[in-house]
Amino acid sequence: MHYRLEIQTRTGIEDPRGAQVKKQILDFLGLPVCRVRVRDVYTLFLEAPRERVEEILAAFANPVIQDAAIGESSPVPAFHWLIAVGFRPGVTDNVARSARSAVADVLGRALAPDEELYTSTEYLIEGAELDRAGAEEIAGGLLANELIQSTLVLSRAQWEKDGIPINAPRVTDPTPPEVRTVDLGVADEELVRISREGVLALTLDEMKAIQQYFREAAPARRQLGLPEWPTDVELEAIAQTWSEHCKHKIFNAKIDYLDRVTGERRTIDSLFKTFIRRSTDEISRRVDWLLSVFHDNAGVIRFNDRLNLVYKVETHNSPTALDPYGGAITGIVGVNRDPLGTGKGAELLINVWGYCFGSPFTPAEAVPEGLFHPRRLRDQVHKGVIDGGNQSGIPYAVGWEYFDHRYLGKPLVYCGTVGLLPREINAEPAETKSIRPGDLAVMVGGRIGKDGIHGATFSSEELHRDSPVQAVQIGDPITQKKMADFLIEARDRGLYRFITDNGAGGLSSSLGEMSRECGGCDIELANAPLKYAGLQPWEILLSEAQERMSLAVAPEHIDEFMKLARRREVEATVLGNFTDSGRFTVRFQERIVASLDLDFLHDGLPQLQLHAEWRPPRHPEPTIPENLDLGRALCDLMGRLNICSGEAKARQYDHEVKGLSVVKPYVGVGNDVASDAAVLAVGRPDSLEGVILAAGVAPRYSDIDPYHMMASVIDLAIRRTIAVGGRLGHMAGLDNFCWPDPVAGPKNPEGAFKLAQLVRANQALYDYTTAFGVPCISGKDSMKNDSTVGGRKISIPPTVLFSTIARMSDIRKAVTLDVKRYGDFLYVLGTTGRELGGSEFFAMLDAVGNTVPRVDADAAKDLYERVARATDRGLCHSLHTPALGGLGAALARKAMGGRLGLEVDLACVPTVMVGMTPVEILFSESNARFLATVPENRSRQFEELFDGAPFARIGRVTLDPVLVVRWGGTPLCRVSVADLLAAYTGTLDWE
Amino acid sequence: MAQTINKTVKALVITGFGLNCERETAYAFQLAGAEPAQVHLSDILAGDRSLGEFHILAFIGGFAFGDHLGAATVFANRLKYRLRRELEQFVADGRLIIGICNGFQTIARLGLVPALEGSRFEPQIALAPNSHGVFRDAWVMLRADPASPCVFTRGIDLLPLPIRHGEGRFVPRDRDVLQSIRTAHLAPVRYVDPESGAPTDEYPHNPNGSVDAIAGVCDLSGRVFGLMPHPEAYLSPFNHPHWTRQKLNGVLPPEGLGLRVFRNAVAFARDNLL
Repeated sequence: MHYRLEIQTRTGIEDPRGAQVKKQILDFLGLPVCRVRVRDVYTLFLEAPRERVEEILAAFANPVIQDAAIGESSPVPAFHWLIAVGFRPGVTDNVARSARSAVADVLGRALAPDEELYTSTEYLIEGAELDRAGAEEIAGGLLANELIQSTLVLSRAQWEKDGIPINAPRVTDPTPPEVRTVDLGVADEELVRISREGVLALTLDEMKAIQQYFREAAPARRQLGLPEWPTDVELEAIAQTWSEHCKHKIFNAKIDYLDRVTGERRTIDSLFKTFIRRSTDEISRRVDWLLSVFHDNAGVIRFNDRLNLVYKVETHNSPTALDPYGGAITGIVGVNRDPLGTGKGAELLINVWGYCFGSPFTPAEAVPEGLFHPRRLRDQVHKGVIDGGNQSGIPYAVGWEYFDHRYLGKPLVYCGTVGLLPREINAEPAETKSIRPGDLAVMVGGRIGKDGIHGATFSSEELHRDSPVQAVQIGDPITQKKMADFLIEARDRGLYRFITDNGAGGLSSSLGEMSRECGGCDIELANAPLKYAGLQPWEILLSEAQERMSLAVAPEHIDEFMKLARRREVEATVLGNFTDSGRFTVRFQERIVASLDLDFLHDGLPQLQLHAEWRPPRHPEPTIPENLDLGRALCDLMGRLNICSGEAKARQYDHEVKGLSVVKPYVGVGNDVASDAAVLAVGRPDSLEGVILAAGVAPRYSDIDPYHMMASVIDLAIRRTIAVGGRLGHMAGLDNFCWPDPVAGPKNPEGAFKLAQLVRANQALYDYTTAFGVPCISGKDSMKNDSTVGGRKISIPPTVLFSTIARMSDIRKAVTLDVKRYGDFLYVLGTTGRELGGSEFFAMLDAVGNTVPRVDADAAKDLYERVARATDRGLCHSLHTPALGGLGAALARKAMGGRLGLEVDLACVPTVMVGMTPVEILFSESNARFLATVPENRSRQFEELFDGAPFARIGRVTLDPVLVVRWGGTPLCRVSVADLLAAYTGTLDWE
Repeated sequence: MAQTINKTVKALVITGFGLNCERETAYAFQLAGAEPAQVHLSDILAGDRSLGEFHILAFIGGFAFGDHLGAATVFANRLKYRLRRELEQFVADGRLIIGICNGFQTIARLGLVPALEGSRFEPQIALAPNSHGVFRDAWVMLRADPASPCVFTRGIDLLPLPIRHGEGRFVPRDRDVLQSIRTAHLAPVRYVDPESGAPTDEYPHNPNGSVDAIAGVCDLSGRVFGLMPHPEAYLSPFNHPHWTRQKLNGVLPPEGLGLRVFRNAVAFARDNLL
């Protein structure tokens, strides 16, 4: 039987959803509508009489605020257009999954597989002026992403004539499973074609290495009944294992680097080993808290004698460009599985996020066809990560946004998660795990569909118009939350031996990696639970359907493990077992469809050989207008996209769940000024030990020299940590590189330069992480952030997110940036140089310049040690470190935070060279500086601490909420805190 | 020894299916002197554990079943169909129930509050989508009604707490329900303007557009109480957004003020239910 259930807000009850859609239509599309009503529709195919369906309807609808009907409700509300949005066949429908649970509870029985439930949303739009084109634009341009959703636009007349069709996006016409053989005994150009058309993302060298392997393996294969040439299962598994995403080919390439300035030529055998790994190795000899770095899903550091911390930050750029909401939610729930799959499995503690977008104010005509407008993209990305994080019950601590027109082609979506591991689980170190031959290979969590097939190889490709639809996954936080709760329970009962996540590459990646631990596996794909029929065996192996973990379970624990899974309503399936055969063996309906030598699969990839050439760019220097109105300039600066408040979006992310928040993302009297860093208690809510999380990005510095960009972002994250009361010593870093394609080719003539930029950034990473003693414990790279959609190539600026995690032994020592008492002395710590290259101030003048901020690590370390002593002694009433916008923006934030004024004499600021102008001092973005306010009666003690270091008292806090800037006796500007706040909060003010 | 155990107040924190505040809620009861247990709903439904073991029951915050059909809809439905009799007995025995955020949405949906005229399992109030249309995390100021029968808010006047929800707008079924709530003082906490201390309809102090600024509702006995703000998220004085200023001004409390709600519950249970 088929039923249509319809639920909408009761007439007379406020309907924020409809109001919001109407506002978006008016604001974004400028189309004439006067009212929008929204209703939820559930299509049920159910063996149940109407009385039971009425009970189901009563369970779905809230009688206090909603009207509900079976069929179409009456009376029919006024509307001119009806837009129905449903999912395309096979797309994950999270609401339908929950609705099925409710139906089962009402009926008192589980639903049969052929009892179906689909959801859709119907928008009833009033607007006599709105024509069909307008209604279609609302459907496709605002309400639905047609990649994953279907839309139906009905005029009133059409609806009166034909009604609304049944929404039933079944996956139909399943093709029977088939294993094909791919003949690789062909010419080179044919090999290239096979790779390209199969979206394998393999180079000719790599294809030839595969060809060679199969030539040699032919006799052994015959004995197994396998064809001479690879099956599609095998070729796909190799392509996935060898993908840029999984093997980091560029970071492991042999690079011939030429510096055109110095003439220096050097060979770098793997950027990763030469710079990142080496730095961590060197630091690991000096510290005792590094427990597990680089080899597991996330890095692990010791926190105290009972607890360890786990941290990973990922990017999810390509899928987000295609489906912003689905890509973003997958980004956050996906990175959650990294700590969950680290060691014996960590509990999820804290999330972080950061996004790079084109300006949301980009004129519509400047957005190439086929790309989302950055405003819509931004709204959807936020919504995805908000839903993912909130529904998982994980607070966020650090969030940021950065805007530049070069992110128009590909947005960057960084998501990270901190996990908590006990020091030991069942008397073994919690960061260790093992597999023994004979252990069962178990998949836990969601079912497998066509979601995200080729995600691993696709993310290694530049984005083009026909990028595969299947590369999109949609995360389901609730399925994952249930799984995560279950896994921690199973972990503590010792029910599994090894755990890892299913992310890019799916089972191929997780089981392939796990096979290395014990020497092989033998799995049966036909055992895998599918969302729908019609998947080919290779698709089952590679699917990136979300919310899945792979485990090794000892045979003696499997019954208890499966029983607990059933009790927790978590799906778990035994796919096969681990072996010591040295082979990755895959069967389908008992027949062997893949048998690959593990050594070849994991180590057979030929090393990439690349050339890099550095020639520093020169940019014109801007002319700073004479008689610049400093007050006006400061207000303009505070309203700029990269400086202004992002609070309207940030408040939609839960940052308090778990009750651990100590220094929140937004601070001050009005809780509305972005904090330098976040502090959270670790352990129980009343614990005095905590963790400090901070981050730094500065993509525009890359326009001058990525070496100094890298140095600056490392310094920025570190001094942000210092600014809330942290100190060097027990601090680790995470590097996330996002780069434009650095492999030279006919379509990429700039490749050698972009690679040189990458080399320089890595050199700086080594130089500064070792100098500060902040080792990287985990990292990630995304190397093809280019887009040629709409006939225009847009490449991102080289972007590195540097994230830090630091232990804080006493959270009561934490400091916030807002000034707190009038009369307090204002100090600047550190020196200011003429370093406006790549600054926000120059960007405001449409210029880049050349004097990029540099970092003197020795001076910085000395300063940070003194600042840490000052915060430890409780001398600072407020503390803040300048970033984009320099001292000017930092002064404004301090005053806004406290709703008090500041009187500042710029002539007192210590500078690197004489003769710097007030404009330069105010807007230079020199690193390693702080602004502190200190009560007068402790100023002597404070000044003694900084004796011998560059610092100066430059003014004081005033009751009158005005920022007054002077040069000696000459007034330069007066800006009220109210004006600064209006500028700061006025730019990104929509929710 | 057995006697000591009998004198311990036992609190049940139900977990699972997307709920997520179990740790801090259980810890709040522990700090307040009770013995908390975190039990998965499926273990209760399977009969491994029973509500009868406990004096206090907490429905906690989170996103049960993703709030997919509206906040707490699927979760409340499961309780209604599979735990109704036990819940009725628990209430009839005069034991305490607190519903926080998703838990308030759950007990409102189940009709456990305000349960006017003793009518349960039919909702009389709803927590509708916020007027602003989006989830919001912010600290608000609450003021308790001293005339309320609510046992959880005894002795409390002003109480700052965080809210974190997308569906928290209190809506009564009709005027009569609202009038009865007012007359019987069944709204133990209201959103107030922190300057004036008076209930407010103004955003952001009334963060979701709640009718009559109502942030929480209890039943006539005062033993069943639900509220949208999170008392379990203010156990440490360092949770408050202005604690650095409070410290400077010498007004930092020795413990988080949210703990008072749990201390009240445990004290009442100790005096009346042991």
